[in-house]
Amino acid sequence: MNEDTLLSARGLTLHFGKVPALVNVDADLWPGEVLAVVGESGSGKTTLLNVLSGRMRADAGVTWYRDPQSRLHDVHAMPAPALRALHRSDWGFVHQNPRDNLRMSVSAGGNVGERLMAAGQRHYGNIREAAIDWLAQVEIDPARVDDMPRTFSGGMLQRLQIARTLVTHPRLVFMDEPTGGLDVSVQARLLDLIRSLVARLNIAVVLVTHDLAVARLLAHRIMVMQRGVVVETGLTDKVLDDPQHEYTQLLVSSVLQA
Amino acid sequence: MNGYNFAYLDEQTKRMIRRALLKAVAIPGHQVPFGSREMPLPYGWGTGGIQVTASVLGAGDTLKVIDQGADDTTNAVSIRRFFARTAGVATTTDTAEATIIQTRHRIPEKQLREDQIIVYQVPQPEPLSKLEPSRAETRRMHALAEYGSMHVRLYEDITRFGHVAISYDYPVMVNRRYLMAPSPIPAFDNPKMHMMPALQLFGAGREKRIYAIPPYTDVRSLDFDDHPFRTTRAPQCCALCGADDSYLDEVVTDDQGGRMFVCSDTDHCESRQAEGHTGTGEPITREAAE
Repeated sequence: MNEDTLLSARGLTLHFGKVPALVNVDADLWPGEVLAVVGESGSGKTTLLNVLSGRMRADAGVTWYRDPQSRLHDVHAMPAPALRALHRSDWGFVHQNPRDNLRMSVSAGGNVGERLMAAGQRHYGNIREAAIDWLAQVEIDPARVDDMPRTFSGGMLQRLQIARTLVTHPRLVFMDEPTGGLDVSVQARLLDLIRSLVARLNIAVVLVTHDLAVARLLAHRIMVMQRGVVVETGLTDKVLDDPQHEYTQLLVSSVLQA
Repeated sequence: MNGYNFAYLDEQTKRMIRRALLKAVAIPGHQVPFGSREMPLPYGWGTGGIQVTASVLGAGDTLKVIDQGADDTTNAVSIRRFFARTAGVATTTDTAEATIIQTRHRIPEKQLREDQIIVYQVPQPEPLSKLEPSRAETRRMHALAEYGSMHVRLYEDITRFGHVAISYDYPVMVNRRYLMAPSPIPAFDNPKMHMMPALQLFGAGREKRIYAIPPYTDVRSLDFDDHPFRTTRAPQCCALCGADDSYLDEVVTDDQGGRMFVCSDTDHCESRQAEGHTGTGEPITREAAE
């Protein structure tokens, strides 16, 4: 593992019965870098995300995380309280379906403030101020801070989820198809927002997507997966413009050129 | 009473409950599972409290039972009579005279002493139940002291109403470690739990949980730094004893909007009246109340 790598995985292997989900996967992530994991459905993308974030255990292999004090932690050997604390503070997880993450019966402000309260903040005024500030940052009208998420549109829900995740200034965010299920214009705005936030706050992102356009727009580096195997990896533009592996070539050529 | 063991429960059951009580006292605020028995009264009427009382009751004890502060309501009268018959213990309505007080939804106004035990009847022992439906998950949250989501509930109240609108069963932190449901006592009574000299025991029969607060334990109601915990009471004086600091019940006296505010703690009210304190004695009319 390199001196300044944020997250590093070596030899991750996981089988679901006879089905290989991950086969000897290596991955590295540097601070502030966006790494896209692409591939067709069933290729092991989401499983990789779950294993990297410690939500799932691999059969073999190791994942290292470097904390702000530069100490290394084996994600899968961490005690549960430490891992949960990490997920609440230094890490974030953006789900494809924002309803999986949000509390639908709690106002937008409460949703954004929850991570702050979990981190021990006990000043109502400050929590509310932070919530309003974050709604503005994700382009939601701050006047809607007291509205219930069920009155929000799909795109707004996804932006609310991002605000809720980023409010504690995580260094590493896992995103599982953040733009899935949204129409194209909303997708474009959301991608723009994610790109500017990630760049401004210097957040490292592991992004799972099946959409090469999303990867092209957001990611610095890309990993192409097929049946649990990483078939190609490299800089996004290099891989997409000059694919070497036949599966990558198929994937790139199957996208309609706009 | 013939045909029954002392205080109704058999000795093995009492031992099992006492073991749970010892564990509960050792870990203040932590919910200890126990093998709750069927009792000759319905769930919700104090099956947990009555089992705890039966287990700590001795032949020399004097028992007081209150329901919403009153000694003379059905629930209080029948539980008191139950132990008078099955244990033959002395019963009283005088708070100072009692060694064991079983209560539903109130703490007596009179300060309790070190030689007294107060037993609460608890319908829902899990303070996180409204936020997290999975019991496995709430246990994990207790184990890891992850109580941030409880403040989300307070946040929502302040956002909607300008203040925390939880008026009873107001969650407390016990000994700075465990979040605890104080049973549905009014938030007005919460400060009395803090550093109370008496032993506090909680029994939830249907939910099969026992928990406890040992004497002189730190008990804090949850709040925000800029919205500190505050108690509320009806802004009246008791119509019978004139008390302006006790918790009041509102009693409707006619169908014209007339009502009376009287102490919910009947023993407190009667002893004040015996000392010569009097209230107006008159119901207030709708106009006066508004």
